[in-house]
Amino acid sequence: MALDLSTSLGPVTLPNPVMTASGCAANGKELARFFDVDRLGAFVTKTVMAQPRSGRGTPRMAETPSGMLNSIGLQGPGIAAFCAGDLPMLKDLGARVLVSIAGGTSTEFADVAAHLRESAAFDCVVGVEVNISCPNVANRGQVFACDPLSSAKVVALVREQLPRDTPVIAKLSPDVTDIVSIAQSCVKAGATGLTMINTLLGVVIDTETLRPALYAVTGGLSGPAIRPVAVRAVWQVAAAMREGRLPTVPIIGVGGVRTGRDALELVAAGAAAVQVGTATFNDPTAPVRVLEELAALVAGKGFTRFTDVVGVAHDRT
Amino acid sequence: MSPVAQVRAAELIATRRAGAYHHVTFVAPGIAESARPGQFVAVAVGGPTSANLLRRAFSIHKVTPSGTYGGTVDLVISAKGAGTQWLTALRAHDTTDIVGPLGRPFPLPAEAAPCVLVGGGYGSAPLFWLAAALKERGCQAHLVLGAATESRLFGVVDARRAGDSVHVTTDDGTAGTKGTVAAVLPAVFRETGAVVAYACGPMGMLRSVTEISAAHGAVAQVAVEEAMACGVGVCMTCVIPVTGNDGLTRMVRSCAEGPVFRGDRIRWDAFDGGRCTVPEDAVGAQAMRSH
Ligand SMILES: Cc1cc2nc3c(=O)[nH]c(=O)nc-3n(C[C@H](O)[C@H](O)[C@H](O)COP(=O)(O)O)c2cc1C
Ligand code: FES
Repeated sequence: MALDLSTSLGPVTLPNPVMTASGCAANGKELARFFDVDRLGAFVTKTVMAQPRSGRGTPRMAETPSGMLNSIGLQGPGIAAFCAGDLPMLKDLGARVLVSIAGGTSTEFADVAAHLRESAAFDCVVGVEVNISCPNVANRGQVFACDPLSSAKVVALVREQLPRDTPVIAKLSPDVTDIVSIAQSCVKAGATGLTMINTLLGVVIDTETLRPALYAVTGGLSGPAIRPVAVRAVWQVAAAMREGRLPTVPIIGVGGVRTGRDALELVAAGAAAVQVGTATFNDPTAPVRVLEELAALVAGKGFTRFTDVVGVAHDRT
Repeated sequence: MSPVAQVRAAELIATRRAGAYHHVTFVAPGIAESARPGQFVAVAVGGPTSANLLRRAFSIHKVTPSGTYGGTVDLVISAKGAGTQWLTALRAHDTTDIVGPLGRPFPLPAEAAPCVLVGGGYGSAPLFWLAAALKERGCQAHLVLGAATESRLFGVVDARRAGDSVHVTTDDGTAGTKGTVAAVLPAVFRETGAVVAYACGPMGMLRSVTEISAAHGAVAQVAVEEAMACGVGVCMTCVIPVTGNDGLTRMVRSCAEGPVFRGDRIRWDAFDGGRCTVPEDAVGAQAMRSH
């Protein structure tokens, strides 16, 4: 029996649930050498801010067991160059684009969203992912995602700038005491979906030099090592939705997905879509491979609709 | 961007020691045919469930596009970490996943010209292939190989075959002239009248080749060795500050815009003790200051 892989991001329906992860796929042309990016449910772009950013010094990366630590510092061209170059190029490739945006202040987030809305290629945008795991200048560099009020303010301002039918998806950090309360305030402020999780903060010491391995000292931990944390975050927020503690909105699961089996964990925990990040560095075709493997697994279990598997593990505890 | 192949099960057909290094040959059709000197491959290590997710990048030592086994690529590996140790422990018929050819190759002179090719340690690996390509164009290829000690030189015998002249240096004097390549380079430039220098090796050596080239009116084309997580341009870990034609410095990816850069375009002032600070005048450096 044919499997219906389509999934919904609220106002928008995608043909399948697998995406790239922001910052792990650049902006399209690099991976287009390995597969047609229109095969993905969506292509998630590198977080873009208002101005061009050089990113941090190097080393920016350290390998860790089943993962890596990175501190890129949101290097990017700025929203104007993104709209002039990257977005039209992704549109030409036929991609459905989930644009990741950030700002050092909530108004910068809003300005970036406003600029994006005016882009000639905006019709290829299937949603905006709001990367609130980004330092808040006003709060001594604490990330917005640590604080329910700052998170809500960012989401509300971005929401105002975008058409009603454009999904606004808040990307949450796992480095918080209670991820459900952050999810609640984002949804209340107008988020139509949630992406979980961004990286976990870590430090690696180079034992040869006895210095921090990264130039920026701290970095974000990603890869299969963090998968149980991602599954937990998705599980907790999906459970809270089922209990009616916050409105039910689509969850996009991300963290440590390397295979279709890994993706299925996030889906069964409640994710309506899945992003593939660090695994792409290991295998540039990982996003489409995960899609194929996930489809085969779901079909193999006798399901005919992908959406029937979403959150299924909550009924089997 | 140029075409790239992913060979999911590249078979190892030969592995042998070469001084302190291992010289390995993989069957990699699709990579061998289109590769050019200076390009590299990104090799997965540890198998499909490996805990080492990041690919290891190696400059291509040589290619044989139509061998008995189909196209093959040769790499020179210094086994200094978990990934490279896994690779050098592979035996005939073992396989791994290889992506390539990647990056920008060494640009060849438009007209016949004398060239100096400088390799530090295993950095000499791509130079013999480059020398052959230069000679095909009527260029002279003068080789300079340097290393800390004799066992860390690579390809001295190949160099005698490939080069119009060969100089060897070691820091400890166990082979050739005692000292670094800088000890012999000025004389090589004077004697050969070289107008282009090609170099591959550690950052300090590339900087010194760039400076000595400039002092002799030559252009240096250097292949950098930056830490890379993906090798294919998607992670932004491998950046270095490079000044473009517009005079502006940008943090550019050494895997995609490089690994070969004009030496005089690299902001050597930004490098110190294995770290690189973003120059204050770099594009986008201002925005980093606020957050
Ligand atoms: C090198 C690198 C760069 C990243 N850049 C971004 C970014 O710009 N914006 C963002 O929201 N997340 C970024 N992330 C986080 C990923 O999108 C993802 O949330 C995280 O890595 C967990 O997924 P993974 O284990 O599949 O990589 C980055 C991750 C890595 C490894
Ligand atoms: S190694 Fe990933 S972008 Fe260069």
